[in-house]
Amino acid sequence: MQPLLELTGIGKTYPGVRALDGVSLHLNRGEVLGLIGENGAGKSTLMKILGGVVPPSEGRIRIDGRDYPQLDVAEATRAGIAFVHQELNLFDNLDVAGNVLFGREPLRGGPLRLLDRRAARERVKPLLARLGADFTPDTPVAELSIAQRQLVEIARALAAEARIIILDEPTSSLTLSETARLLTLVKELRAAGVGLIYITHRLGEIVDCADRVVCLRDGRLAGALRREEIEHAAMIRLMIGRELRALYTPPARPPGEGGLQASGLITAAFPGRALDLHIRPGEILGMAGLVGAGRTSLARTLFGIDPPLAGEIRLNGRPLAIRSPKDAVAAGLYLVPEDRKRAGLVLEMPIVENVTLASAPNYTRMGLMRRAAEWKASELQRAGLRIKAPSSATRANTLSGGNQQKVVLGKWLSMAPKVILFDEPTRGIDIGAKGEIYGLMRALADSGVAILMISSDMEEVLGVSDRIVVMHEGRISGGLERAGFSEQAVLRLAIGQGEPARVEAAPA
Amino acid sequence: MSKKELGLALLLIVIGGITAALNPLFLSSVNLLNMANLIGLFGVFSIGQGLIIITGGIDLSVGSMFALLGVILVDLLVNYELPWPLAVLIIIGAGTALGLLHGLLVTRLRLQPFVVTLCGLLIYRGIARYYTEDSTMGFGYAGDLDTITWLASGRSFGIPNPFLFLVVVAVCMGVVLHRTVFGRYLYAVGRNEEAARHSGINAEGVITGAYLLGGGLAGLATVLLVFYTSSVSPSSFGNFYELYAIAAAVLGGCSLRGGEGSILGIVLGTVLLQILQNLVNILGIPSSLNFAVMGGVILLGVIADQQLGQRKQKVQLQRSQAAAAAE
Repeated sequence: MQPLLELTGIGKTYPGVRALDGVSLHLNRGEVLGLIGENGAGKSTLMKILGGVVPPSEGRIRIDGRDYPQLDVAEATRAGIAFVHQELNLFDNLDVAGNVLFGREPLRGGPLRLLDRRAARERVKPLLARLGADFTPDTPVAELSIAQRQLVEIARALAAEARIIILDEPTSSLTLSETARLLTLVKELRAAGVGLIYITHRLGEIVDCADRVVCLRDGRLAGALRREEIEHAAMIRLMIGRELRALYTPPARPPGEGGLQASGLITAAFPGRALDLHIRPGEILGMAGLVGAGRTSLARTLFGIDPPLAGEIRLNGRPLAIRSPKDAVAAGLYLVPEDRKRAGLVLEMPIVENVTLASAPNYTRMGLMRRAAEWKASELQRAGLRIKAPSSATRANTLSGGNQQKVVLGKWLSMAPKVILFDEPTRGIDIGAKGEIYGLMRALADSGVAILMISSDMEEVLGVSDRIVVMHEGRISGGLERAGFSEQAVLRLAIGQGEPARVEAAPA
Repeated sequence: MSKKELGLALLLIVIGGITAALNPLFLSSVNLLNMANLIGLFGVFSIGQGLIIITGGIDLSVGSMFALLGVILVDLLVNYELPWPLAVLIIIGAGTALGLLHGLLVTRLRLQPFVVTLCGLLIYRGIARYYTEDSTMGFGYAGDLDTITWLASGRSFGIPNPFLFLVVVAVCMGVVLHRTVFGRYLYAVGRNEEAARHSGINAEGVITGAYLLGGGLAGLATVLLVFYTSSVSPSSFGNFYELYAIAAAVLGGCSLRGGEGSILGIVLGTVLLQILQNLVNILGIPSSLNFAVMGGVILLGVIADQQLGQRKQKVQLQRSQAAAAAE
């Protein structure tokens, strides 16, 4: 059988850099091809070539037996290639139908070219039904969750009668159950004869759904795995060319007393639910749960962005009134936010100004900033965290995700942290940098910092935490000690099927 | 001096040089001093405008503030016979209070700066005209105003005092913006308010502070302007001055998206605007074309800046792509 998509000897050269070199792969109808590789391995470049965004320097693209020497975006779409992106490309201000049928809206009124909204809704309805969507075609996209938006993107691909769907990190913002639903959908699409390329850092998903795996490393094909060969260790070996040591490093000493204790805490997101939480110094407390379970709002509440409606917060035994992030920062309670580009960094500022952003008053003499002192503090963090940048004058927006996250960390490490709340600390960060972040978290914990790690990445939650608490619909549905860690236990609590009465969230 | 400021300075010299070559009167001391005076008058409040623009805001109300505060100043001095230091303090205080009000409306009620200050523009002008019944207010034979008249519109060492005021204000605000924590916060909040807030910065306070300073500088500018014209006609006094200030700030490198700009840039922007005004007069271009010349130059300047910025970005992007691919 002729493959649906065939790439032969694809190469791409940027000035001075060989981004892709002789990559050949094929995709059959009704097949899920897992594409893995560390950040910078060439996956994005390859996908940009497939989408017609950048032309390859050499090589051949053949779709359905037809050669496409000059693939551009319009032609890629016509050839049946559709993308479901990491960063969603939807129009917030339009409704679902408007997004799904964007560019091919049904018209009426002849030369007036009026939009036929009713026809649009009728056309989109069956697509949504097929995807099991729980929203209607006239719902504004702004009201949808990230998972729902992703369904809209897939519906758009279906509406375009795409035969090749490329999913680029589709689950990076999804919860566990949403991820499960997406994987089911992927399998349904496969059964319907669609060819899918599935790009992800989450190897469990590849194990679950891929028929074949290809791995890119340094712009070259590092290897391929057949269905029966697909397992974690083999994939990691291909990606980094060596075995990754186990994620978990046990703490140097048992957790101490005190730390951050919240009791009867009521967040603005769930006014009816009171929470108790204890993060001990020296431990990494993992926090799992579905997106929307209230984990991020809990972190925002503790950090003072959305101040608590009620409840008490104690730090090392002393009550702490947190009405704004300023109070939290003054107390040594820091947040590494989920969205580092929006909330963690001032992207246009150099590393040095980002590192000292929260502690600028510490670098003053008679009210004036001391640039030299700032620089020294920043260079110290750059060296200590091994931030890959020529100097502290480098702007944050030119750094990779992992290095940006390190700058956010440097901001807090430069000012004596007591508690650090990490919200999805490794989202969109490649495996090598992930390991470094975990190492840093462990070193921080060992130095006596209390660490909360909110994560939707099961491997991370199970692999890094000393203890896990799980949230479900605004309350803590249970806790697990290391001995009791399992994917099933976390999942059960995440969907609210645990026994919260028996499992104490805070250790006795 | 950044590249942007250097470019602006170069442009100043080129335009000045061409004007001088076409009409040597441009460099006469009378003309230069007259220009310096105007630069001082406009520079003071343009700096205030710049601070607000750096937060990502805007102040459309300054022109009307001049009219309102101006008639109050004349009233205080002439009809209430207040000692001039007190009157001046009241005016600067009133300007600061109005700035504070704008700042609070923007940060507490989360109103858009454009809307808040547009309403200010309408309200202050309206009140000024109602208060005076639309009649021009002058000093007439009011008491002893010699000192303040000299201070606000005289000369020291042959240099117009407003220009000296501008130098003092520019140095002070330069230190505030470029050397203090407040200045650092101002840029951070203008660039990314969310990240600033996540770093424990009181973003509302910082933004309000910028409006407060802007209002205070507008108060100071009112005093200088009133003694420059020595009368205030409430329907026209300060008309469009907010636009001069915005133009100077934008020419000087401030981005209306916030987070960009420098005091030196704003001052250079003011100088360029005044040179353009002067050039229209001195080269015998019909003065009705005044605005058109100004608009044209600003447009060209912004286009040139945009194009250069885009090229720079392209190079940077290529470099980082190359670095990422090489990793």
